[in-house]
Amino acid sequence: MSDRGYPEAAVDALPVPPTGFTDREERTVEIRPYDGSEAAHESLVEMYDSFDPSDRAQGIPPGGEKRIREWLDAILAEDCHNVIAWCGDEVAGHATLVPDGDAYELAIFVHQEYQRAGIGTHLIEGLLGHGQDRGVEKVWLTVERWNRAAVSLYKKIGFETSNAESFELEMGLRLNEGEGDGTAEGDEAAD
Amino acid sequence: MKVLCGIGGSDDSFRALDRTVDRATVANDDLTVAVVDNEDSSVAPDEAMERARKAVDEAEIDADVRRVGGDPGSRLVELAEREEFEEIVLGGGHTSPMGKITIGSIAEFVLLNAKTTVTLVR
Repeated sequence: MSDRGYPEAAVDALPVPPTGFTDREERTVEIRPYDGSEAAHESLVEMYDSFDPSDRAQGIPPGGEKRIREWLDAILAEDCHNVIAWCGDEVAGHATLVPDGDAYELAIFVHQEYQRAGIGTHLIEGLLGHGQDRGVEKVWLTVERWNRAAVSLYKKIGFETSNAESFELEMGLRLNEGEGDGTAEGDEAAD
Repeated sequence: MKVLCGIGGSDDSFRALDRTVDRATVANDDLTVAVVDNEDSSVAPDEAMERARKAVDEAEIDADVRRVGGDPGSRLVELAEREEFEEIVLGGGHTSPMGKITIGSIAEFVLLNAKTTVTLVR
């Protein structure tokens, strides 16, 4: 794969979910790691099934319940990290870290009914706090250039642009310092 | 139709190859497969040439398979103009572990600079 760039220093400690707050529309929102329950799974399917296609990014979330279920099965797997923003028993937003070699790819979605209320900031902090807590070191993402709101959110968190040469911006973040950081880690056999 | 299929050895380029060969078999296209340099690909040009020849042989069509070195995007556009191709076919992008699609730099250059119709195969 391509060599992705990451900031040298790790970000400061982020809040570890579960956390709660009141959004700008006075709604009580809770950020919790995905618990693997069927109820949570089905609530996620419901959110994505009613997700506005104009907010799709680079093909996700996919359209139609069947494809949504296939996609969710892949990104809710054991080796992924998932965090959900709950408003009562309704999913307001979902963020995920999917393993990709020695790093994780990030994606975040806030349902149209819950956008522009500050939920995205809490949700991404919750996801990264959860990932940091689980020992994730490097996170990358791609974002469409014209999606200014998303780009400024990622920058505010500490993401740095690692590749600006194509349609999408690629950005990277370091959550934890690696063991023996700065040296050729992974070169020595582990046994 | 006179079709130019550009492949650089990525997974999506081989999908484009298969689809273009299938279509050529039915539509009787005048097909040329150009194997270009793609530095992001783990498959060497020689192997890509071999796979292209095999696909063409198996389909029993009379298609030209050639190696096109140099800058891939500009060489494809130039070739399409010089030999009056009517369509350029390319892979439709790489899918990340998340399921996000990113369009490669070759496709991006060809899309913006070609005078012909460009098809990206999904």
